[in-house]
Amino acid sequence: MKYVLHYGVLILLVVVALGVPAWAAFAPIHPDSREQIYEIPKGTWARRQAGEKFDLIPAEIHLTLGVRDVLVMKNHDDVPQLFGPVLIMPEQSFRLPFGKAASYLFTCPLHTSGLLTIVVDPEPERGWSRLLWRTTAAARSSVAP
Amino acid sequence: MKASSRTLHRSGSRSDLSPRVRRGLGSVLFVFAFSTHAAAEALRAGVFDPPRAAPDFALNASDGSELKLSRYRGKVVALGFGYTHCPSVCPTTLAYLAEARKKLAAAGSDFQVIYVTVDPERDTAANLKAFLASFDPTFIGGTGTPGQLAQVRTAYGITLSDRIYVDTLPKSTYFLDHSSFVYLIDRAGALRAMAPFGVSADDIEHDVKVLLSR
Repeated sequence: MKYVLHYGVLILLVVVALGVPAWAAFAPIHPDSREQIYEIPKGTWARRQAGEKFDLIPAEIHLTLGVRDVLVMKNHDDVPQLFGPVLIMPEQSFRLPFGKAASYLFTCPLHTSGLLTIVVDPEPERGWSRLLWRTTAAARSSVAP
Repeated sequence: MKASSRTLHRSGSRSDLSPRVRRGLGSVLFVFAFSTHAAAEALRAGVFDPPRAAPDFALNASDGSELKLSRYRGKVVALGFGYTHCPSVCPTTLAYLAEARKKLAAAGSDFQVIYVTVDPERDTAANLKAFLASFDPTFIGGTGTPGQLAQVRTAYGITLSDRIYVDTLPKSTYFLDHSSFVYLIDRAGALRAMAPFGVSADDIEHDVKVLLSR
């Protein structure tokens, strides 16, 4: 009986050890949303006028084709804002879908370099690539506040 | 096709309709179905929500007339900014726009490309006309005083660098970094979308078709 229990646990561990990576490598990715959203909060212009310096968006944004490949920028401030490459009116949003994996360079006055880079990575293929993507995504979400 | 006309003929009330009326009804249904499909179809370019009215402007057109954006109500307009001495970005964008217009065939007559210069010192109306005609003779260029052009750029959020000189080139030669995207403006004059640099002619054609059908 004892051996049966030991073997049972061992088999279960082996199944988990092999099954989880196999699932991560081969299961299709079904994101809740393909949008990566950045927002300009109300009062941003006033804060800037007061001399405060801060970045609203990173100088480099990473997206993944087929998973998170739509950049959405929303302006909740009271004045028009140049956000990334475009001028966005108050309470207006701009939705930019990407259909090709590539590195896109935009002028962006919000950054000291004056540039915004959007890197669209290829869709993670079944196998090693998808396993690696899921591992990285899990690591990122555990680090994110 | 044969089966459906037979069905129409058999159905009591419709069989009373004259062939002319039936043809008309069929056309209406087809147009309705097509426009509903097109309206539901998403644009491939970046989309503004809600769309705002594209700021109007009055500049000098490359054909010698006054260039007013509002003059093109009823057409879909692709509005870009650049300059004739641009070594790569502007020629590429204009080549894609020309290809898209060619693909649109007859529908291309409702598609207008307007290219506003960011370099008024070198881009006279005549220079712009010759430059744009090398891509498509229907393309219209816009130029004006530095002040007028700066106002238009501000209204559209177009960025422009200072002149960039290269040591090995003559002092009269300089380059400019500028926003390289193209705005798409619908028939009603609303700023609907922005196509980033590098968007293919197929994607531009697709989006123009969608906007033309709305």
